[in-house]
Amino acid sequence: MQIRRVRWHIVVFLAPAVLVYTTVMIFPLFNTLRLALYSRIEQERVFVGLDNFRRLFLDPVWADQFWNALGNNFWFFLIHMVVQNPIGIALAALLSHPRLRFAALYRSAIFIPTILSFVIVGFAWKLILSPIWGIAPSMLDAVGLRALFAPWLGKEEYALTTLALISVWQFVGIPMMLIYAALLSIPEEILEAGEVDGITGLAAFWKIKLPLILPSIGIISILTFVGNFNAFDLIYAAQGALAGPDFSTDILGTFMYRTFFGFQLQLGDPHMGSAIAGAMFAIILVGVCFYLFGIQTRMRRYQL
Amino acid sequence: MTTKTLKLALLGTALAAGAVQAQDVTLTIESWRNDDLTLWQDQIIPAFEAEHPGIKVSFTPSAPTEYNAALNSKLEAGSAGDLITCRPFDASLALYEAGHLADLSDMEAMGNFSDVAKSAWQTDDGAATFCVPMASVIHGFIYNKDAFAELGLDVPQTEDDFFAVLDAIKEDGLYIPLAMGTNDQWEAATMGYNNIGPNYWKGEEGRRALIAGEQKLTDAQWVAPYATLARWADYMGLGYEAQTYPDSQNLFTLGRAAIYPAGSWEISGFNALAEFEMGAFKPPVQAAGDTCYISDHTDIGIGMNAATAHPEAAKAFLAWVGSPEFATIFGNALPGFFPLSNTPVELDDPLAKEFASWRGECESTIRSTYQILSRGTPNLENETWGASVAAIKGTATPEELGARLQDGLASWYAPHQ
Repeated sequence: MQIRRVRWHIVVFLAPAVLVYTTVMIFPLFNTLRLALYSRIEQERVFVGLDNFRRLFLDPVWADQFWNALGNNFWFFLIHMVVQNPIGIALAALLSHPRLRFAALYRSAIFIPTILSFVIVGFAWKLILSPIWGIAPSMLDAVGLRALFAPWLGKEEYALTTLALISVWQFVGIPMMLIYAALLSIPEEILEAGEVDGITGLAAFWKIKLPLILPSIGIISILTFVGNFNAFDLIYAAQGALAGPDFSTDILGTFMYRTFFGFQLQLGDPHMGSAIAGAMFAIILVGVCFYLFGIQTRMRRYQL
Repeated sequence: MTTKTLKLALLGTALAAGAVQAQDVTLTIESWRNDDLTLWQDQIIPAFEAEHPGIKVSFTPSAPTEYNAALNSKLEAGSAGDLITCRPFDASLALYEAGHLADLSDMEAMGNFSDVAKSAWQTDDGAATFCVPMASVIHGFIYNKDAFAELGLDVPQTEDDFFAVLDAIKEDGLYIPLAMGTNDQWEAATMGYNNIGPNYWKGEEGRRALIAGEQKLTDAQWVAPYATLARWADYMGLGYEAQTYPDSQNLFTLGRAAIYPAGSWEISGFNALAEFEMGAFKPPVQAAGDTCYISDHTDIGIGMNAATAHPEAAKAFLAWVGSPEFATIFGNALPGFFPLSNTPVELDDPLAKEFASWRGECESTIRSTYQILSRGTPNLENETWGASVAAIKGTATPEELGARLQDGLASWYAPHQ
């Protein structure tokens, strides 16, 4: 009879990662969720069960803000999906064209904003779009379109879209790079075989390349989803924690920050803040699960 | 044997080090006034240290917008400094109630301050005072004297004068009449609503009546300032919706705008930047001869971390902050932050003098939303920011705004239910 040896080396090699990950990720995550079940009443921390969530979803004082932030977040995500990702794919398709000159230069130039800090991006775009010092009004003026200029970041109806487009400008390099890598991995033989059958140019893209990069597009969509629903930095850098004008750019991240840490005379409420963080976690979890089980498993994969 | 000597020697040095530490106490001050870092390091701290050998002070400010959050976390974690710069009203009251700020009521230096000055750092019943008042800021309008002279304009006394002046500047077209934007929202409430408002609600009288529940935010005196603010929009710069607070400051100090709705804290910054002569006028009254009211807002105090390791040294510092000597240094080094102590301080800066002179002519009050009324959710101060912006942009009528604020306040504040 053979006794199964305990494979200690596995434990030893896993330990550092497990320990670090547990202390900085798993424990804080569950502790935040636990915090959401309490409330501070008269200096005492009291267990209130799901009452914080009931207030968040049903009490008009909180619910109005929550649904507003959630709606804005979906709009923010939608803009990324319909603007950032198609542009990223188109740029990748152009860059992977074998006869394009200076491809490396374009690739770096488009990717550079991704590595800039949110604060720099927010500040630079605020200056560009400023009605007083910005170059946007004078550039429009130069082509005779001055009338089209509006103080976009200050108008309720445009501010969120403007910020979403700024974020698209910053991050369009990421889908571009991922798709570019996927396109490069398509073997020449397949494309040549297609050419023999008379599929060239745009048709080759739609009929051969696109189906082959669909898994990458799926990954990009889920990365965009997670990134957008965790977003906070750009809005905070450009519009402040109150996400003006009139909360029109308020997304879950800024709403959570304001509630958790407080703002001006509003005192921080870590328990309601944790409840919002819990709701954000749930939304992202549902989204990711929907993708993993609903879409990815059904996606057809081609053997290359 | 040798190891034992070594041990003894080590013990000896450790003890000596301990003794040195006990002699030289270092106090750390938490503050949001990072603009004042050099002032503290070059003037205030040396003056204190010269009088109190053995106490070293270090001033460690953080960014104003992050101060409250950072301070709360530090206090929870037990890593906060010995002395804590106090925001007025509830932010500090909450710290006191949570046991983070020590009760300072029995300090002798408290006798140097009036009740109004202390009110910002007291429990609601006034039984305990937990911060030594340092300074207040006064609201009004700063104007470009050269521009006024060029256009032959006089300082407006009444509201009609004020709009006549704005019309004249607008007609001339060289200057933007009012340097204010709505992008950052708080200016509209702080330099707009709470600047001109006290003349409508009669300062303390209205403010106290609102807290007591005798007046409502839907009453004429609380709604009318919004109607006046709505008229400002015509005189603000093109694209004011996206104009930020620094934009407004720059527009004014570059000489492109004629009038800046201000708080007195701007004075030292503007003195350094503006190349023209500046003057100030108080919020215009409705009819000539009316009593004027100014917002003389208690803004900064300083208290002691209840968990400090050096309570004696910290109290010595606080007592010194309450002295006339500190008031003189502070008031003159930071024109625009007016010391609150009862001993009058001679100010050198002409602009600051102008602001301070209104204390003699007008009734003082503080910002309407700061005491008690911003305690619940929705937060009245934050709501007032939004409402003031909406009034200027014209996205809601003054009556709608009053009703919205009243509903929000009544939803949690018992005297209004």
